[in-house]
Amino acid sequence: MTDLTALSYTSEHEWIALDGDVATVGITDFAAEKLGDVVFVDLPAAGSAVTAGDVCGEIESTKSVGELYAPLDGTVVEVNDAVVDDPSLVNADPFGDGWLVKIRLDGDLPADLLDRAAYEDLTA
Amino acid sequence: MNLHNAKKTALPIMNLVKMQGVPILDQLHLEERLLRSDFKNWCILNVGTPQPTIVMGVSGKPSELVNIKSVIYNQVPVIRRFTGGGTVIVDKETIFVTLICSREAVPLLNLYPQPIMSWTGTLYHDALSDFGKFHLRENDYVFNNLKFGGNAQSITKNRWIHHTSFLWDYDVKNMDYLKHPPRSPKYRLERSHEEFLCKMKYFVPSKLIFIEKTLNSLQKHFVLRPIQADDINALNIPYAPSSRLLTKEELEKELLSTTA
Repeated sequence: MTDLTALSYTSEHEWIALDGDVATVGITDFAAEKLGDVVFVDLPAAGSAVTAGDVCGEIESTKSVGELYAPLDGTVVEVNDAVVDDPSLVNADPFGDGWLVKIRLDGDLPADLLDRAAYEDLTA
Repeated sequence: MNLHNAKKTALPIMNLVKMQGVPILDQLHLEERLLRSDFKNWCILNVGTPQPTIVMGVSGKPSELVNIKSVIYNQVPVIRRFTGGGTVIVDKETIFVTLICSREAVPLLNLYPQPIMSWTGTLYHDALSDFGKFHLRENDYVFNNLKFGGNAQSITKNRWIHHTSFLWDYDVKNMDYLKHPPRSPKYRLERSHEEFLCKMKYFVPSKLIFIEKTLNSLQKHFVLRPIQADDINALNIPYAPSSRLLTKEELEKELLSTTA
């Protein structure tokens, strides 16, 4: 069971779990619920550079497609193939098997990331 | 209502573009430019597209959604558009209504799929409830339980688009180009296209009345400012749109993948 208090969050409803200089990134249960059934994910390729705040992919639900924003600067080191094959993992286990990408951090984490309490205030 | 009154009442302005018979691919390109590279609110109305055309959502797979052999044989264009949602076949009897809005355009509207869908449902309920039992059923516009409009969205950080293809009339034969999709709304109940869909012309007296009623409903939320389609090109909004026509080679490759 993921310790949600150990994660950082963005105002775009992404979560980050930092392990050394590699951040695992996904979207929160709040975002997954608001999107509805996720049917397709378009993720940045491994090896690609991403910039904090820029669009780096898309998530499609039944009727809508929404943007995925890079939460930090870095290089994608791994893409979750399981979620590409089965996008429903984003709804079923957004903090676990539904993770999206791993990014090697370039520099520091953005200063405007939220802790769990601040994220809960945002979504209250 | 004129612009002077708009300022007094504080309704936001929405640019209104009315088109007739513009090819659906051109319409989609225009829409994506306005969504991604402009900041104003827009309503795009297009009555008909010149030839029957299949339009899939952003992740649509022809092998799952389309009877590829007959599409290739009859040279039916297949487009992959930039928004989510399902597959439709549109033609000269389809009426397209598109709304492109900034975050602040509709007060208190959360930019997620369901709230946007619900808001458009109230808009079209206002326009169409005089003509039949209009509902937003799951994510479709229906009279009773018969669908007459396919819609789709794309949501960015500060803007959203919701576009609908309304089936004023259609050739039942064209529905044979479409497979029963792998994902269907529950209320469809395995019905065929003919049993699931209805033609708006049997409910609404004329296309003009539908358009007028829709614009009247929109005017409760926006001040509509007519813009000529030619004037949009003069706005010089550069953007490389992603909606595109699939090539014959791509379709043949998909067909081979299903028979391999």
